[in-house]
Amino acid sequence: MIALEQVEKNYGKKQALKGVNLIIPPGKIIGLVGENGSGKSTLLKIIAGLTTPSSGTIQVNGLKATRSIASKVAYMPDADVFYPFYSVEKLFRFYETQFEDFNYSKACIVAQYLNVPLDAKLKTLSKGNRGRAKMAATLGREASYYLLDEPFSGFDPIVREDIIKGMIQFTDTETQTVLMSTHEIREAEPLLDAIILLNQGKILAYEEVETIRDQFRMDAITWMTKLIKEGDLSGNETYR
Amino acid sequence: MSIDFLPDKPIYQQLIDRITGEIIRGNVKPGEKLPSVREYAVEVGVNANTMQRVYKELEMMGISETKRGQGTFVTDNETRLQQLRDEVKEGLVESFLNSIEALGFSKKEMIEFIQTRERGEKQ
Repeated sequence: MIALEQVEKNYGKKQALKGVNLIIPPGKIIGLVGENGSGKSTLLKIIAGLTTPSSGTIQVNGLKATRSIASKVAYMPDADVFYPFYSVEKLFRFYETQFEDFNYSKACIVAQYLNVPLDAKLKTLSKGNRGRAKMAATLGREASYYLLDEPFSGFDPIVREDIIKGMIQFTDTETQTVLMSTHEIREAEPLLDAIILLNQGKILAYEEVETIRDQFRMDAITWMTKLIKEGDLSGNETYR
Repeated sequence: MSIDFLPDKPIYQQLIDRITGEIIRGNVKPGEKLPSVREYAVEVGVNANTMQRVYKELEMMGISETKRGQGTFVTDNETRLQQLRDEVKEGLVESFLNSIEALGFSKKEMIEFIQTRERGEKQ
């Protein structure tokens, strides 16, 4: 379980996160949605222990999130951060030296499933194949938590579908949890158990996808747009 | 291939409709083995938890049976499958009647229209 209590993050005068209380149970795939600048990436980085909160506490399986939490949590950044001269295989070997939970053969199986050539150098791969390789490297870790920052962003629909299928095939919903930020809500919705809606650094809503459909008779994107509009209209925020 | 879902209905219900539709069409036969939860989840691109729920509901509806260590099978209970056909027919008629009522057509008018259309098709 991931538990956040009263988490705040300030960058200078800008408040990126304000009083965030959040529980992420194990065995779920949860989407983190919200407009640009709503605090999604900051929240993921804080849980991954890559950024410290200005105040508040974060616990992952009862342990305080610090840099060492990175060994429990597989974080996949939005950006391309790999050495371009590495081959896919070399990238996996590198991951093996960095993470105790990295399973080299699982990463290769994922890569093969996604049709990424193991011997190709990253710089020669298409953008889509680099995305697939990054996903394979991340799923190669046998982590309890996968934190994915915009896993679909910038990819064509075929690559997105591959990444979605890889996630379903190679994560165990009994024991593993995926928390991913995304703007591709329509594509991601069938993959998600629940959605966390962030708006201007606060959690505006946290709801199961099937509940949204069952109770409100709308899909996630309509629900989200409605809530953000209502929030703006109610004028209860002072920073506009 | 991933499938498109309607926006105003839970995904698990749409998947139940999809599987029962396959059974009614005869694409999936009585007693036939269904794919595993994960296989099916990957095929249609949904969360495995959602798929688990679909299989559980189908079993509760008496449409499928899980045999320990062997997987999930469509029931071979013909009575139940006939009932399923009737339930689906009932649902279709219900929504048809609601639609014609909303537009102010009478049942009689529609029945006559269908019969005329049938004769036209046969000629």
